[in-house]
Amino acid sequence: MIKILISLILFLMVVFLPVGYNVYTGKTAYIPVLQPPEQRGECVENVMFMRKKHSLLLEKWRDAYVRDGIKRYVSINGIYKISLTGTCLECHSNKTQFCDRCHDYLGVKPRCWSCHNIPEKVAKK
Amino acid sequence: MKVILPFFLVIAIVFFIYGGIKFYDAHIILGIIIPYVCFAVAIVGFVARVIKWAISPVPFNITTVCGQQKSLPFIRHSFIESPASRTGVFIRMLFETLFFRSLSRNDRAELYGNERRLIYGRDRYLWLASILFHWSLLIIVLRHLRFFLEPVPHWILFLQDLDSLFQSHLTPFYISNVLISMGILYLFFRRFKKRNYYISLPSDYFILFLIGGIIISGILLRHIYRADLYSVKVFLYGLIYLNPVPFGGFGVMFYIHFCLICILLAYLPYSKLMHMAGVFLSPTRNIRNDSRARRHINPWNYPVKVHSYEEWEKEFKDALKEAGIPQEGGNG
Ligand code: HEC
Ligand code: HEC
Ligand code: HEC
Ligand code: HEM
Ligand code: HEM
Repeated sequence: MIKILISLILFLMVVFLPVGYNVYTGKTAYIPVLQPPEQRGECVENVMFMRKKHSLLLEKWRDAYVRDGIKRYVSINGIYKISLTGTCLECHSNKTQFCDRCHDYLGVKPRCWSCHNIPEKVAKK
Repeated sequence: MKVILPFFLVIAIVFFIYGGIKFYDAHIILGIIIPYVCFAVAIVGFVARVIKWAISPVPFNITTVCGQQKSLPFIRHSFIESPASRTGVFIRMLFETLFFRSLSRNDRAELYGNERRLIYGRDRYLWLASILFHWSLLIIVLRHLRFFLEPVPHWILFLQDLDSLFQSHLTPFYISNVLISMGILYLFFRRFKKRNYYISLPSDYFILFLIGGIIISGILLRHIYRADLYSVKVFLYGLIYLNPVPFGGFGVMFYIHFCLICILLAYLPYSKLMHMAGVFLSPTRNIRNDSRARRHINPWNYPVKVHSYEEWEKEFKDALKEAGIPQEGGNG
């Protein structure tokens, strides 16, 4: 009986562990602030689309560029050069405060930067 | 009928959620009230159920074993299959919960050949499907912790990497998703075998449809009707730290996934899914098989008024002596 109650309490503690974890790390009210780009101009697609599907877009870009040799991407916002470093990071030059911050928040680790270049001015920020 | 009813129940729930979001903007009900109510029901129900089990008496030592009991020193006893010590019980429980050891001994009886002889054979598919299902479920739930922990611990990232080992797309599919689907499909279709069909109840199918719905909506959420994970995490933090914000930006699929889970949680303590606690509390598993060495006291036992032979003899001492009947305590 006592053993069962202790186990029950232990179980409940495990269930509520995430609550305590964030209190412990002091991030209960943490909402990452995404630095909008300094440059003017609109994102490749509309912001909601980008937020949900930029990984799909990048995949499309990569396949288009590497397999089909397509260099331009046309969207409602204009014509963009297909390039990870040259286009995305051109505007989003604050990579650590933008891409990385959101990725860290959600536990995403893109493996692009072992090959793709992070320009000097972006890396320094 | 008993398949169709729960199927349409789950479909009705999904439509209810869909309609609520699409036509009534019921974000406060579906996004705040339902999660809180369901979570409270789940916790209270779980605790009540376990306490009810805890105070139930265990009148007999009913441990079920399949090995040699510990007896004389020169007879080798089976340490895990017929545990006589606490360590033995612990190891048996460990294997039982982690690897479903007793399920791997699952047998199947069949009338075989023209003479319809009854034969028994091993049937390990149920074990395999159950293992696939439960371990994938565990991995999925652990991976989901990335929505609840900040900063996301490294072991979750490692688990994610491992699970998306086939880096198929930029949103790689998870191996666990494939395995859990295979597992639950087997668990579902095995119920249509004639032998199993008649012992299956609507509630059995209901759970399978509910979990199936959660899995399907989860996979759709990841690969097709994508959720805005950033807002999802912000929304969940609002819920956890009692500062809920109704939020409409996730799309219907997220609400379907989320509300189905809430319903599963609320139903959990009243369903057979309580086997997750029951497995630890079943007296057929958690008692030592030492009934020869140690007396199992029945909690119902009350002091019985007995009249022993000695007392009887003493009472009729003189009469016995007179009749010349020999007495245990001597005729003196
Ligand atoms: C012409 C400049 C420009 C380019 C090029 C550009 N973006 Fe953007 N991006 C923006 C702007 C402006 C926003 C809106 C920021 C805001 O409103 O907070 C934005 C928003 C986003 C968002 C959503 C942020 C949020 O608040 O949810 C993502 C994700 C994103 N961009 C990714 C990319 C990726 C990936 C690329 C390369 C394919 C890219 N962007 C290229 C200007 C650009
Ligand atoms: C609003 C949050 C947010 C911002 C800002 C953001 N991302 Fe992401 N990113 C995500 C999420 C969530 C995923 C994982 C889900 C998915 O695959 O869509 C992801 C996935 C990716 C992936 C695929 C990784 C993989 O292994 O599947 C790449 C590549 C990527 N992001 C690049 C970028 C770049 C480059 C930027 C900055 C220009 C950026 N992202 C900004 C949230 C964000
Ligand atoms: C193994 C190294 C490697 C990795 C890792 C890698 N790429 Fe590439 N990527 C390349 C090469 C090589 C090219 C071709 C460059 C060229 O032809 O100019 C390329 C081209 C591209 C292009 C089009 C051209 C350009 O300049 O951007 C995109 C878009 C792209 N990759 C996206 C990604 C994304 C997103 C990731 C991360 C999920 C990624 N890549 C990871 C090697 C890599
Ligand atoms: C300690 C944890 C758990 C253990 C040891 C365990 C063990 C088992 C075993 C041995 C079976 C096979 C039963 C049989 O058909 O013979 C089973 C079935 C099942 N379990 Fe679990 N389980 C655990 C937790 C959970 C949880 C948390 C869930 C879901 C939320 C779950 C859902 C199911 C389902 C859906 C089935 C299939 C039932 C069916 O065939 O209809 N289990 N479990
Ligand atoms: C409150 C709890 C939960 C929330 C908020 C939630 C939310 C989500 C979200 C946002 C996704 C998309 C992930 C992505 O795009 O990478 C997802 C995927 C998924 N969910 Fe859940 N979920 C919860 C609980 C569960 C539970 C309990 C199960 C299992 C029964 C489950 C099963 C799945 C599956 C199978 C996927 C597919 C992708 C993956 O495995 O990560 N979810 N969920």
